[in-house]
Amino acid sequence: MTVIHRGAASGPPPPAAPRTTVPSRPAPGAEPAPRPLTLIRGGDVLAVAGALAAALATTALLWTQLSPFSGLLGYIAVTWCLFVAYYAVLVSIDENRPTMRDRVSAVVVHSLAALVLVALLFIIFYTFVKAWPALVHLNFYTQDLRSTLAQDPLTKGGVLHAIVGTLLEVSIALAVAVPLGLVAAVYLHEVPGRLARLVRTVVTAMTAMPDILAGLFIFATLILIFGLQLSGLAAACALAVTVLPIICRAADVVLRLVPGGLIEASYALGAGQWRTVWFVTLPTARSGLATAVILGTARAIGETSPPLLTAGATNYLNFDPVHSPMMSLPLLAYYEVQAPFSGEIARGFGAAAVLLVLVLLLFAVLRMIGGRGPGQLTRRQQRRRAARSRRDMVGYARRVAAAAAAPDYPGSGP
Amino acid sequence: MRIDKTSGTQRSAPGRPRKLTARLSGSDRTFRGIATAGGVFVLILMGLVGAFLAYRAWEALHKAGWSFLTTQQWNPDGGGFGIAAVMIGTFLIAGVAVVVGVPLALGTALYISEYAPRRVQRGLITVIDLMAAVPSIVFGLWGWQLLQWKVVSLSRWISNWFYWIPLFHVDGVARDDPLASPTYFTSSSFAAGLVVALMITPIAGSIMREAFSQAPLGEREGAYALGATRWGMIRAVVLPFGRGAIVGGTMLGLGRALGETIAVLLIISPVYQIQPHILQKGTSSISALIALLIREATPFGVSALMAAGLALFAMTLLVNFAASVIVSRSRSGAVSEA
Repeated sequence: MTVIHRGAASGPPPPAAPRTTVPSRPAPGAEPAPRPLTLIRGGDVLAVAGALAAALATTALLWTQLSPFSGLLGYIAVTWCLFVAYYAVLVSIDENRPTMRDRVSAVVVHSLAALVLVALLFIIFYTFVKAWPALVHLNFYTQDLRSTLAQDPLTKGGVLHAIVGTLLEVSIALAVAVPLGLVAAVYLHEVPGRLARLVRTVVTAMTAMPDILAGLFIFATLILIFGLQLSGLAAACALAVTVLPIICRAADVVLRLVPGGLIEASYALGAGQWRTVWFVTLPTARSGLATAVILGTARAIGETSPPLLTAGATNYLNFDPVHSPMMSLPLLAYYEVQAPFSGEIARGFGAAAVLLVLVLLLFAVLRMIGGRGPGQLTRRQQRRRAARSRRDMVGYARRVAAAAAAPDYPGSGP
Repeated sequence: MRIDKTSGTQRSAPGRPRKLTARLSGSDRTFRGIATAGGVFVLILMGLVGAFLAYRAWEALHKAGWSFLTTQQWNPDGGGFGIAAVMIGTFLIAGVAVVVGVPLALGTALYISEYAPRRVQRGLITVIDLMAAVPSIVFGLWGWQLLQWKVVSLSRWISNWFYWIPLFHVDGVARDDPLASPTYFTSSSFAAGLVVALMITPIAGSIMREAFSQAPLGEREGAYALGATRWGMIRAVVLPFGRGAIVGGTMLGLGRALGETIAVLLIISPVYQIQPHILQKGTSSISALIALLIREATPFGVSALMAAGLALFAMTLLVNFAASVIVSRSRSGAVSEA
């Protein structure tokens, strides 16, 4: 091996191409041309465009000439598959294998994410479009369905009773679940031990309990055993059982993010556990706790199956949660869309749209207050805090001055 | 003076640690009492749900015995009843949901944590949270009114070419019959599963995204420094790091899919026999069974439905418990604790 190699190397060296080259330097005065740092090259864009055009053309050929396919959904799916294939071929013409794999997987990831986003937007859009005929009438928000017949036009009857029912049920459920959930979360954070670990395990397991089981539980206890009627109160209890573990777990996660240094500083200053929790831990985690409560609220508003089992159904506006059946928005949507009349279907979609608006509103609130980690302040909070410490400083200075002015202050003498 | 004395006695017994006792003040004791009471109350309430289901289900389970697991029909007041059919239907729907939903979740999570520009990242996270909060009735309405009709052509194509796989077979439709009524293909496990897939995507996706975004920066940069492409880096660093979260998120999604009620109830048309053809009309699930029958059930029928609920409860608990163990054992979970 070596011998052959040495023999080959000992031949006359090829005279072409100089061994080294001197890089051309820019002239002393001239600005060097900046190297473009962009990640996207013209060729990449062309490859994407070309693959897309080829895929569209091939699918069009398939659809119109070669085979009996039909349908927009299938067209898009086949186009996408062909696009990925063409793109892989195009990239592999002038790149190596790893680069080709990188490009193709980037395309796949982008399109999966886009598919999810488009599906979500489409679902929301579709609901509003189908609901539009009902939403434009004012009576939709100010009347209930007590005197509305199934085939009545949309200018008669509305969903006021369901809106009131949803708000009442969710308020009662939150009035039960939020304090309980927060207290339990504080317990998990402040009194660690074997019992706390058990509670945490059970709560975590229950966050994914199917919502219908909460309804089943309340139906079997409150209604069948304790004789409560199908009513808003029963539905509220079922909703509370559903959202309690959700709020508790989310709050627990947030409380664990509170910096330990802050809590230890509070203890070091002599505060007891209760004062530390009330004045340090909870205020630090405030925005996170609000997020937990809002997520729980959004869940409670949208739950259909607990009220389906426990609330009954009515067409009348009802402010009494204890004694008679109560309608809620998701339930109304569920019942109305199964009717054979287009007006009722529109009303059902209208109820779902109102529900969506409520959830979107909650998320707008969430966006405004939340999303911040514990201890991160808004600009306004920072200003307020700075002003307060300036006031404190003035107060300290005044106290020091007063102490200096009083000659026989105890302890100030030598 | 006194302090010196104490430390003197301590120095005389160096091996014995000083006994540390903290006497809580009155307000602290009250606080601890209230907090503990709250925690215990939540524990009892949650335990009651399971215990009560078991208690009420006992009557039916006792009567049915092991046939509860093998009987297909549901007729508690005469004839037999069992969860063989509904259980298989539940798993088929959840299976379709997981098979479709997990790639979507994975792609979304990877996009948000690895590909999305930093400016839109926060917004996208909110959008995914919003998707998790969209009421299931909205998904259900969309799936029932629109999607199940739109997937007919896809179902027809699949059954046309893959009819030899029993899962994709459709009874009553001849092959290559373009005139077969679309109603053979609606209200199927497949349509219900697709809708549920969209509902579990944000749940599984947010767990995966959280783990991916915690993949250590040093290892990412190491991969880049060794010449990896972005996909190479993802395969070498991000995906192995988030493996536990991928499995755990999938399991959580499966748990949610098993228990989904209202969207499934809207779409399917219930049949109480084992129906393994996912593209064909008619299927059933435990939660839909409960929601459909509970209002008209006799006391014994309620007990039977409770037994079905108990089975569902046991399944979801098992799946979720496995999920939480996997998530917390994985490396990504360990880092998030710090």
